[in-house]
Amino acid sequence: MKESKKYDVVSGISYPKEGAMGKTGSWRVFRPTLDIAKCVKCLRCWIFCPEGSIKRNKDDSVEINYDYCKGCGVCANQCPTKAITMSREGKKK
Amino acid sequence: MSEIMIDTGNYIAAKAAIMAKPDVVAAYPITPQTTLVEGIANYVASGDFKGEYICVESEHSAMSACIGASEAGSRTFTATSSHGLLLMHEMLHWAALARLPIVMCNINRVIGPGWNIWTDENDAISQRDTGWIQFFASSNQEIFDTLIQAFKLAENSDVLLPVMISHNAFILSHTSMPAEIPTQKEIDKFLPSYKPTWKLDVDNPTTQGNIIGIEHYEKIRKAMQDAQLKAKRLIPSIANDWKKQFGRYHGGLIEKYRCDDAEYILIAMGAIGAESKESINNLRKEGLKIGLARLRVLRPFPTEEIIELSKQAELIVIDRNISVGLGGAVFNEIKGALYGESDAKITGFIAGLGGKDVPYGDIEKMCKKAIKGKAKDQIWYGFEEV
Repeated sequence: MKESKKYDVVSGISYPKEGAMGKTGSWRVFRPTLDIAKCVKCLRCWIFCPEGSIKRNKDDSVEINYDYCKGCGVCANQCPTKAITMSREGKKK
Repeated sequence: MSEIMIDTGNYIAAKAAIMAKPDVVAAYPITPQTTLVEGIANYVASGDFKGEYICVESEHSAMSACIGASEAGSRTFTATSSHGLLLMHEMLHWAALARLPIVMCNINRVIGPGWNIWTDENDAISQRDTGWIQFFASSNQEIFDTLIQAFKLAENSDVLLPVMISHNAFILSHTSMPAEIPTQKEIDKFLPSYKPTWKLDVDNPTTQGNIIGIEHYEKIRKAMQDAQLKAKRLIPSIANDWKKQFGRYHGGLIEKYRCDDAEYILIAMGAIGAESKESINNLRKEGLKIGLARLRVLRPFPTEEIIELSKQAELIVIDRNISVGLGGAVFNEIKGALYGESDAKITGFIAGLGGKDVPYGDIEKMCKKAIKGKAKDQIWYGFEEV
């Protein structure tokens, strides 16, 4: 990621940076789990994720970045093959 | 060649505003500010104002539009009064915290209820803690000169704070007086085109107003305070630069009048400050060694200058405002400034609320009462025998 030029003024300006607000994945209540066998690489999850927490690989396969995923479930809702499922964090299997 | 314009405070402010060449003006009309924005609208119609004029649906929106425009890197101006200023309150804090050099005229008008469109300073006084630099003008010429100076001050990279210039409803806003208007070329020389220190820029992505950690917020407040203190040094130097180029000077933070050998010094703001010069002349004729210190700036507060005056003279303060439950705002801030520095006698008057006239004769009576009597916090002029 290219870093933005810093301005010489102390105010509420924030600069885009990975993890600027810490590892927000800790806010998650529901955890998405990806079943790679069902994934058809349509990339809808990658497009719709509001937090940019779906990593797109060169071959268009995807991975979930749990450091920042807040568990909103948008990816699971969009997935046409139900390859992503949501389950409560910390729940005994 | 400069020209003499004989017109009301509001039309002269409109002239100054367009000569500062703002990119954006966003305003909502309110008595007695109406003719100011009408003046700017006339310059839009005549083609003299080339910026964007945004008609909004409220003063909260006016300030919000100015904030957006300023964040995008535009020179920005607005004007309001009284209840309009109060409706802006939330966004006034925002503009200052975001360090946006917006310039605004506020026409000092009474707050209701009882509905009243005449002048007192409670509208501006109630915005003291927003972080805005606050000027109080005492003549139409001073409105013009201060408005141009205000952009230069606000946009200085050491300051980056919004500036409010208040002038009294009707006494200045609707009263014609001559004012010398320099040429556009001369104004451009004094106030070059705006180069923002920071802006929201798609080529350099940043955000303003995001959630920030506890460890950062206090730094933002402290930086504002530091900027106000820097403005304290810059205001007199910008006023001196203006004097060098245009030959006019209305004072730095304070305008002193016949203070050199004064044993008594009257402190007032705005139109009462101008009127007081007549009173000082008359009292001097009677042999009283009295001078006037007209507060031109309330924020940053001229603490050091006030301390200096108190070492020389007894102080008499007239407030056209009241911080209800405490007393006259300027009087109490002066007392605060003097703590541990001076034991000077101070007498405070509250006068002219609701637009009540404060003519020079009354000012003379107040001065005489203060000189004869003991120091007193809060004498309501007109409520007791003076």
